[in-house]
Amino acid sequence: MSMSTSPSLTTAPAGADRAGTRTTAGRRAALAAGILVAAAVGALLLLPGVLAPYPPDTNDVAHTFAAPGAHHYFGTDQLGRDVFSRVVYGTRYSVLTGLVATAIGVLGGSVLGLAAAAGARLVDTVIMRLTDVWLAFPEVLLALLVIALIGTGPTQVAVAIGVAAVPYYARLVRGQALAVMRAEYVEAAKILGVPPWRYLIRHVLPNVGGPVVVLASLGTGSAVAAAAGLSLLGLGPLPPTPDWGVMLAEGQSYLANAWWIAVFPGVALVLVVLAATLIGRSLQARSVR
Amino acid sequence: MGSLPLASAPRFLLRRALTGVLVLWGAVTVTFFAVTAAGGDQIDAILGPQAANLPGLRAQVAAQYGLDRPLVVQYLHRLGDLAVGNLGRSYQRDEPVSRVLSGQVWPTLSLSLSAAVIGLLLALGVTIVSAGRGRLARAGTSVLETLAVAIPPFWLGILLLSLFSFSLRWFPAYGEHGLSSLVLPSLALAIPVAGVLAQVMHQELDLVESRPFVLSARARGNGRLGLVLRHTLRHALLPATTLAAWVLGTLVGGAVLVEKVFSRPGLGTVLVDAVRHRDTPVVSAVVILAAAVFVVANTIADLLYPVIDARLREPVAA
Repeated sequence: MSMSTSPSLTTAPAGADRAGTRTTAGRRAALAAGILVAAAVGALLLLPGVLAPYPPDTNDVAHTFAAPGAHHYFGTDQLGRDVFSRVVYGTRYSVLTGLVATAIGVLGGSVLGLAAAAGARLVDTVIMRLTDVWLAFPEVLLALLVIALIGTGPTQVAVAIGVAAVPYYARLVRGQALAVMRAEYVEAAKILGVPPWRYLIRHVLPNVGGPVVVLASLGTGSAVAAAAGLSLLGLGPLPPTPDWGVMLAEGQSYLANAWWIAVFPGVALVLVVLAATLIGRSLQARSVR
Repeated sequence: MGSLPLASAPRFLLRRALTGVLVLWGAVTVTFFAVTAAGGDQIDAILGPQAANLPGLRAQVAAQYGLDRPLVVQYLHRLGDLAVGNLGRSYQRDEPVSRVLSGQVWPTLSLSLSAAVIGLLLALGVTIVSAGRGRLARAGTSVLETLAVAIPPFWLGILLLSLFSFSLRWFPAYGEHGLSSLVLPSLALAIPVAGVLAQVMHQELDLVESRPFVLSARARGNGRLGLVLRHTLRHALLPATTLAAWVLGTLVGGAVLVEKVFSRPGLGTVLVDAVRHRDTPVVSAVVILAAAVFVVANTIADLLYPVIDARLREPVAA
């Protein structure tokens, strides 16, 4: 813990040091909680059958709208399907969509950001002005525009959210890359005649990684939430799919007598977003120190 | 943003307006070329699957919507149309986009604006109440803020509906019944935004807290509340102002989802319908309008900086 590196803290009163230790402990706990949830989500993603007591799509007309209890932890829905099992299986759709969307954002943003940082001034200007325009569109609306262009469906939703996220990554990568490119090892590579694409990928990109991982972690959370939102609008997977957004849309019709159908998928959603945020913030705090 | 002598305010405004127009022009251009490039065959979207294969009809429709002209001509026409406020013609409804949207803009805008006001008030309230208090209070509000940010507005809407409309029956569940039906959707949108704003303001307050001027203000006998209201809050408002345009954009985007949850009239219903039918003129019009809102909000934020921070009025900026 080097407090002296942060100029604003040098004038902190005595006792701040102890506070600093505590926040670090709190941060560590937050990171642990985040990783725990992320690990659980990963397990659900790969092996939903281990945890889910029922298949996600088996109707049981004798037990529709059963309240949460010992048999059905999260209750059952209008067709008697087990909400808990559906939430478990739904991880695969909702979280995967968010991950794919983030991957698209990171990939697109890295290409644009590196091109802006390494390219001619004109290329840089064009790309940066493009991100200005890009950022002027609210993310949800931009995603909707993309879906209007490429059609509805789970893959399309992932692409749409990814496209909307590209400018954030592009700006971050460009800024980082510009800083890294002044480093001596990059200069050396240039002098040695290494072609730009090669030193960009071998030397610049790995050193740009840290902040991008932070943003990607935070971004995955909002991408998962955005995917659920677009599914809620009926633009993603279609109803029998246990996607969390689809479940929210279905459950919303029965809020008056069965709140659990729409509430529990949302709890799962919030947990994932929280985990992503906590991990992202802890990594951020680490990289700042 | 840096130096801004008050005398040059008109020139500054002009420059901002020009940048804004450029961003809008970019927005129009990007949407135009995205639609023509990725939209595949727009005639298919206009005619629908049944009629798409009738050759005579295709040519007729292409001529009607001007899709048979060269791309450059189409683009210039589009720019000219937008310059005089013509947003285009809906494929799906076969009427001007402005007529499709006319009744829908206000419900969405009123929802977004009331959410913005509530969100700002909530964030200010939390910040003022918790600023300068002990570590426990700081940690508590920090947890609340993180939670508020993580909850998607559409699900918060479902929670509020379930609790206050169906269980307690305090507010109407659906539709438009004046102010009482605006409360829950506004809250659903406002709480996550309040979380973001409060986080940003808190962060700034934490930075400012150890500055000498705070110590001297405290030494002059300012209490906790006086210190916050008279001295430190101003600092915290600055980064919050920077977020204003982003907040408004997020609110308009979130409103689309919240409207669906509360079955409210507004852009949401029209927009989702248009997206599903690939009615690109309607969708791009909404996107361009949103970009215009963003540009205006950004300009207003820029004008507010010197009002909030006296240092930005002088050439030597902090």
